Amino acid sequence: MSEILKGRAWVFGDDVDTDLIYHNKYLAETDPKNMPQYAFEYYPGKEHFAKEVKPGDFVVAGKNFGCGSSREHAVYCLKYAGIPVVLAETCSRIYYRNAINNGYPVLFVKGISDAIKQGKINDGDQLEVELSTGTIKDVTSGHEFHGDAVSDLENDIMQAGGLMEYLKAQAAAKK
Amino acid sequence: MAMTLAEAIIAKHTKDPVEAGSICRVSVDFAFTNDITGPPAIKEFRKMGAKKVFDPMRCAILPDHFSPAKDIASAEQIKECREFAYEQDMLFWEVGRVGVEHAFLPENGLVLPGEIVLGADSHTCTHGAMGALATGMGSTDLAAAWALGETWLRVPETMKVSYEGIPSEWICGKDMILALIGKIGVEGARYMALEFHGEALGKLGLDDRFTLSNMAIEAGGKTGLINPDEKLLQYARERKARHFEPIFADKDAVYAGSLTIDVTDMEPQVAMPHLPENVKPVSEAAGTPVDQVFIGSCTNGRISDLRSAARILKGKKVHKKTRLMVIPASYEVYRQAMKEGLFDIFLDAGAAISTPSCGPCLGGHLGILAAGERCISTSNRNFVGRMGSPKSEVVLAGPMVAAASAVAGHICHPKEIMA
Repeated sequence: MSEILKGRAWVFGDDVDTDLIYHNKYLAETDPKNMPQYAFEYYPGKEHFAKEVKPGDFVVAGKNFGCGSSREHAVYCLKYAGIPVVLAETCSRIYYRNAINNGYPVLFVKGISDAIKQGKINDGDQLEVELSTGTIKDVTSGHEFHGDAVSDLENDIMQAGGLMEYLKAQAAAKK
Repeated sequence: MAMTLAEAIIAKHTKDPVEAGSICRVSVDFAFTNDITGPPAIKEFRKMGAKKVFDPMRCAILPDHFSPAKDIASAEQIKECREFAYEQDMLFWEVGRVGVEHAFLPENGLVLPGEIVLGADSHTCTHGAMGALATGMGSTDLAAAWALGETWLRVPETMKVSYEGIPSEWICGKDMILALIGKIGVEGARYMALEFHGEALGKLGLDDRFTLSNMAIEAGGKTGLINPDEKLLQYARERKARHFEPIFADKDAVYAGSLTIDVTDMEPQVAMPHLPENVKPVSEAAGTPVDQVFIGSCTNGRISDLRSAARILKGKKVHKKTRLMVIPASYEVYRQAMKEGLFDIFLDAGAAISTPSCGPCLGGHLGILAAGERCISTSNRNFVGRMGSPKSEVVLAGPMVAAASAVAGHICHPKEIMA
């Protein structure tokens, strides 16, 4: 886990709701692999996200990312776009559970909401992210940020690759 | 240790130590999905290698969102849910019998005081009004709960909200919860339980209490709990589908925060686009034109909501440039409204009445907005594009303000229509 991830930043504001991440119009889609094409379709100024996002890019957001609905589509559409981690000041409870259950990390980064507002981290900046330490370097702007660690149970679920894999492994261990 | 209601309910369902912030493995009393979150849950259930749900009478799928099937894709989703439900012999109701999940389940005694209830729907917090720790989760969590009959919960900190004073006749549960969200913001109770108290709460009917709890999630809350009182227990006993034991918060419980909202001089509240925290007194939004009015949803589609709307609409006409959609949240509500003559009032006013469904609330069907249109809605979310075009707008309000605005053709205090 000490690997350093490198990629471009896509920067969003506070209170990005699940309709902005994955609009209700596409809820009849059931194959997660088809979901990235709809990501952030109606986010003002990010309508080009789905077309231009590259695997390895990061989603950076302020407070309360993923507020609103329980739809897991909002996790799948980023996971299957190849975004390795969401970096946010905080995220909604349901979004957080959905992310962990899909083996998908969200790093809570103190101060990033203000940093976004102050222009210290911008669209297209090159980031280096070390998940094991939570260190985030914005190579373009020169600013550095620090993310929190997750709880043991949450980490175990993520390490297993998601809730179902974790439960299967637990059941197997009991036998 | 003195416990909040959330802590006390979790403690009855776990062997782990219970304190705010700790993670507990808890047993689950009831777990449900809808037609949107059902298919992914079924996929995860299979992926886990599970064969049978833990108890078919405690596991349910309610096809309420895109039902009656609005297109081929939603027909396929509902079909997948139906087939799984029949295979598992679990609870499932067809159109004509099902209602909007958060109205239907309490009516049928399937969510009861003291229970832990999980729903793959963010508005599962509605059932906090039953004195149940009810919370929304994603499909994967729900699938695991179906298989195991348990889940993990982080014990939430609790914010105590007391509603005091005596409100005017124009105030309902919706105004009370919007006032709170306006005050604390959409992140104000993130990962916390809200626990509602106070003199004004005690006097509220059950329908209005469901409205309060329903929007806890709009402040980021895990659930919106209300300690059972005699009114609630009576309702639960009359309808219960199984045995239950109510649980109460301790008198000296420790809360992470508390605040009081005085409803005495409260004006009806509205939430302007595009976040539920953009709350104003209705007088500050008055005159804003509306193309559509929606009265319904898991927030305000119950009988007392329809009665309040009918009181305003009686003998009046919906403005010629405005359309009014009325969608009762369940068939029990539908039949009761019909018996009481409310449908005559709505039809005479020029409203459309639809079969129970989530309908336009989440942009599904039965009243989608075009670019540039504005809807005043009794539902719970006004995000960008929530009811259709990303260039449309949703304003949230209670049923009296919504009905008055339908008559005026613009946002309007109900007292002006009744003057």
